Amino acid sequence: MAEYQNIFTRVQVRGPAYAGVPLARGDSPRDGKPNFAYILGWLGDAQIGPIYLGWLGIISLGFGFAAFEIIGFNMLASVNWNALEFIRQLPWLALEPPSPAYGLGIPPLAEGGWWLLAGLFLTLSILLWWARTYRRARQLGLGSHVPWAFAAAIWLYLVLGFIRPLMMGSWSEAVPFGIFPHLDWTNAFSVRYGNLFYNPFHMLSIVFLYGSTLLFAMHGATILAAGRFGAEREVEQVIDRGTAHERCSIFWRWTMGFNATFESVHRWAWWFAVLTPITGGIGILLTGTVVDNWYLWGVKHGIAPAYPEFFRAMPDPLLTPGAAQ
Amino acid sequence: MSFSLKLGAVLAGLLGLAVILFTFERPPVETVQTGFRGVALGNIANPRLQTTLVAANQVPAPLPRVPSVGPRAGQVYQNVKVLGDLGVAEFARTMAALTAWVSPQQGCGYCHNTANMASDEVYTKVVSRRMLQMVARINAEWKPHVLETGVTCYTCHRGNPVPANVWSQDPGGRTAGFAANPGGQNLGAPAVGYSSLPYDPFTAYLDQADNIRVQSATALPAGDTQKVKDTEQTLGLMIHFSTSLGVNCTTCHNTRAFSDWEQSAPQRTNAWHGIRMVRDINHNFIEPLQPVWAANPNGPAGGPVRPRLGAAGDPLKVNCATCHQGVAKPLNGVSMIPDYPELARITNIEAPPPVRR
Repeated sequence: MAEYQNIFTRVQVRGPAYAGVPLARGDSPRDGKPNFAYILGWLGDAQIGPIYLGWLGIISLGFGFAAFEIIGFNMLASVNWNALEFIRQLPWLALEPPSPAYGLGIPPLAEGGWWLLAGLFLTLSILLWWARTYRRARQLGLGSHVPWAFAAAIWLYLVLGFIRPLMMGSWSEAVPFGIFPHLDWTNAFSVRYGNLFYNPFHMLSIVFLYGSTLLFAMHGATILAAGRFGAEREVEQVIDRGTAHERCSIFWRWTMGFNATFESVHRWAWWFAVLTPITGGIGILLTGTVVDNWYLWGVKHGIAPAYPEFFRAMPDPLLTPGAAQ
Repeated sequence: MSFSLKLGAVLAGLLGLAVILFTFERPPVETVQTGFRGVALGNIANPRLQTTLVAANQVPAPLPRVPSVGPRAGQVYQNVKVLGDLGVAEFARTMAALTAWVSPQQGCGYCHNTANMASDEVYTKVVSRRMLQMVARINAEWKPHVLETGVTCYTCHRGNPVPANVWSQDPGGRTAGFAANPGGQNLGAPAVGYSSLPYDPFTAYLDQADNIRVQSATALPAGDTQKVKDTEQTLGLMIHFSTSLGVNCTTCHNTRAFSDWEQSAPQRTNAWHGIRMVRDINHNFIEPLQPVWAANPNGPAGGPVRPRLGAAGDPLKVNCATCHQGVAKPLNGVSMIPDYPELARITNIEAPPPVRR
């Protein structure tokens, strides 16, 4: 079983392709003839397909495609339809939201209308895809954990692109569609509102984000390390503890005095992951609406320490006597 | 290991090596702490690259000094309007220095009709005269920025008739038609250090005097209507500062509170005056010459051919890079004024008083 302790799965057991459980009445048929990809088998299951698309999936992909095309063609237009420049500049290109002058009005297509349209289509696509994950989970008799985790991410997306702009009264407050542009936007957003690092919800979001990676690494490492004792049968061992569960628990009890169980570690991970965008979204929503400068807010509430003077700081030259000569 | 795994490992290794070799800066990188410990105020520089920069920003050897005796240039020559108080020999030395700094290849004929040196018929002479007044203005009025180091023609020109680092309005991209207007941003532009920020922060801040301050001065909302898009404009200007001077944000700012003067380094005050100085230069010295350049859009008849106006018909203007050229102190902070004190003595500057607001 040492084969399990590798980056890639080195043993691929291949049976006949499995189409999945029988579908409920009213469901569309599954699409695609299943086949096997050896290289994908290194990373996951080698079986590809069939896929269940259904009408939710088809409409979602349609709207997603429309949004993708609107964004892509506007980017292409911004480099004068030059395909080579489009490839070269792709990380810099963007579809910008309307200028502040338009408020919550509907601007002409060239002045941000395309952005509104792309945002609308992308949002419809995402919401339909959410409904699809919910329906599929229910049809398979699963809990709705995956849809609700996805909903947490959608919450952050909607706060950034819809709810906060609505509260601020301007579409211009939203994020551009673009690779570097959305990063520069993030930086500018933090600078405008006096340093997001002093936003307690941003702090929480970082805790949950880094906590998620830590939990994922701890859990992944624990299960792989106990693979030789059958730890991959985690869920079975929730009820019927075997030697893998016992050894993993003892390892963490020895090293840090406390251990999660094979079941609860997944609850830990789920909540950490889900709370990352939930707290982050709250932090964004409060910015500019309730708090205008997080650093000054931090000073006011005693979370931003003062440091000893290091160099001779000079006063604001605008306020210096005799400045306006 | 199977062959395909080995092949995959080799390919991944090569890709990683290419990324490291072609996108990373080769060490060493040295950090000099300039603020209280823990607040990350400091300068980051690569000494290997610093050597090249220092070598590229050396002052030229001064011409031998001559005594300021004998008749004045204004008495001996005709049409000497700003350097008339100089002795004749001193005047000749200044003219020789100007030629070496601005038009070393073209010589005196770049500005003068060599058959009649007093004539203003070559437009570049008119420009030079105004530029001498500008140099005097900077040395007299903008000491809060240039201190006693001062400037000469060489600070910007470095042997080029048109300084290497200039800017003109860049409306950029498409502004008409059906497709989205990118709003003057989102191209990998060298003016803003290859970020996607607005690539013409100069028109708003170094020509017009738009508000640079975008951070709210109150913890809770109290009517500050600056937008994230305004902040992107300001950030574009700041990236220009950073790339022109080869410095970090933290040279001036404590990044935990960019706007707070109490936590900013004294360099920020110097830069504040620098912004006003550049506006003064562009407004009172460069832009009034626009008609002269419009009449000679590709320079003087003798060449070299180089556009004197930008795409929008505005003249080539000054920003931080024009003087700084990659170093925090232009020409490594070496003053040329002790060798050419006459450039700080001109009194008929002919410009409205500087604006320090």
